[in-house]
Amino acid sequence: MIHKMANQRIIPVGPYHPLQEEPELFKLYCEGETVKDIKWETGYNHRGIEKLSESKTFEQVFFLVERICGICSTSHPFAYANCMEEIAQVEPPNRAKYIRSIVGELERLHSHYLWLGLAGHFLGYNTVWMWAWKYREPILDLFEIISGNRNSYAMFKIGGVRRDVTGDQIALARKTMRDLKKKNDLLTKAVTDDPVIHARTKGVGTLTKADVMDYAAVGPTARASGWAIDVRRDDPYAAYDMVDWKVITADDGDVFAKTQVRLLENYESIKIIEQCLDGLEKEPEGDIELKVKEIPEGIGTGRAEAPRGEVFHFVKTDGSNSPVRHKIRAPSYVNIATFKKACVGQTISDATISLAAVDPCYCCTERMAFAYDWHSGDKIYDGNQLVERSRKETERLKNTL
Amino acid sequence: MGLKSFCLKKSLWVYHFAGASCNNCDIEILDVLTPRYDVERFGMQLVGSPRHADVILISGSINQRDKPRLKEVYHQASKPVFVVAFGACGCTGGVFAEGITFAGPVDQIVPVDAYIPGCPPKPEAMISGLSKLMQTI
Repeated sequence: MIHKMANQRIIPVGPYHPLQEEPELFKLYCEGETVKDIKWETGYNHRGIEKLSESKTFEQVFFLVERICGICSTSHPFAYANCMEEIAQVEPPNRAKYIRSIVGELERLHSHYLWLGLAGHFLGYNTVWMWAWKYREPILDLFEIISGNRNSYAMFKIGGVRRDVTGDQIALARKTMRDLKKKNDLLTKAVTDDPVIHARTKGVGTLTKADVMDYAAVGPTARASGWAIDVRRDDPYAAYDMVDWKVITADDGDVFAKTQVRLLENYESIKIIEQCLDGLEKEPEGDIELKVKEIPEGIGTGRAEAPRGEVFHFVKTDGSNSPVRHKIRAPSYVNIATFKKACVGQTISDATISLAAVDPCYCCTERMAFAYDWHSGDKIYDGNQLVERSRKETERLKNTL
Repeated sequence: MGLKSFCLKKSLWVYHFAGASCNNCDIEILDVLTPRYDVERFGMQLVGSPRHADVILISGSINQRDKPRLKEVYHQASKPVFVVAFGACGCTGGVFAEGITFAGPVDQIVPVDAYIPGCPPKPEAMISGLSKLMQTI
């Protein structure tokens, strides 16, 4: 389609650009101001995590999947824990479930604030960026007090959690949530009443419910188009069926609706956290894990609702101490495909916010790297050959031991 | 103090090169620009092109696809330029050093002036690292 149109211009965005912090390359095929087609290239971020996971023990995999994505650094361990617990046929104690939900929801809060800030930045509205990120800091402080790190929490293990949340921490969490509610009120009003934000986001990057279903989009992207899909409600895990909350949807499907959904979800998250804290106080302290001695042979699937949508993990075990196959499906993998629908027909200036609206996370999404020769541009390895090469390398290492 | 180092001392402009990172370091880099840490008061800011930069801040492990691009970015930057390896992955490859696409830690690809370890380093660590770098100029 591209070569037919002689007056099209290609505008490359990336791979290393100040707009988004991750490396990815967008090619906008434009006629004048209008975007006619879009192509994106990834692979700058591929780390071979699924393969790496096969060389780690089940407990080590938690630290690896945590580092798939720094922003969803609880969702991946969450899904993996659900998956391993299905294989081992164990259910964590209630206290562990509450702690898991608290960490998961705190992550959603910090991720939604992060997105809101970045969206403001993409619009050239840096005030929103600064405010949203300022209000995000107390959440990170709380994380640091609960888990010891601001971003990668290492809270999860098979059959429970690693650290308890007790006395002072509960009080601090309650205070943080109270303060956050006020700040969220302020931000919600400021953002949803702002005429400039209305002008830039209403009717931009619209996805209808049918589009969302066609592309099988998940998370806030789907919910903003009126499709109430949420793993926390559809397939409850951890403490989500023990607390009262509701799935937030909007009908318009544009960027404004996505912003609204995220801002209102913050209230739901705060509500869930407060109920989980109540629950924690009723459970005996210290009862946070089950001892899981061995993982039997079998296959398991685990799902979790990340801030961006459904995370899916599949693990096959053979009775040894590491996975035989670990398959990961991240939400951005399906959400990124909606770019084509959202961007085409828009102007270039609206393209950036349409791209940002699904909260794309490329480090979750990177799947396969093809190896190309730098000079000739020939493909040296494809996927199967790379796996073959990796197996040979493992074999070689085994023989040297 | 020569003219060059005098000019560099006042405001380091930083170009952020995100390799195959997990995003953690990247959001912490953006975090130091926001009100609590506000690194712009030292004259540091993120710039969009390596040609404008005094410092290249590299986060994440470097995979086969990033390697030639990192070299290219380094050559594009006007010299003198300081390279800072940020985070465990930038310093050593971290948890991804055994990965099938890993192309070597940053210091084997371009010369590195400062390392900021941590997974991810706290914003305070980044400010401390950059201030130490400024002292060496």
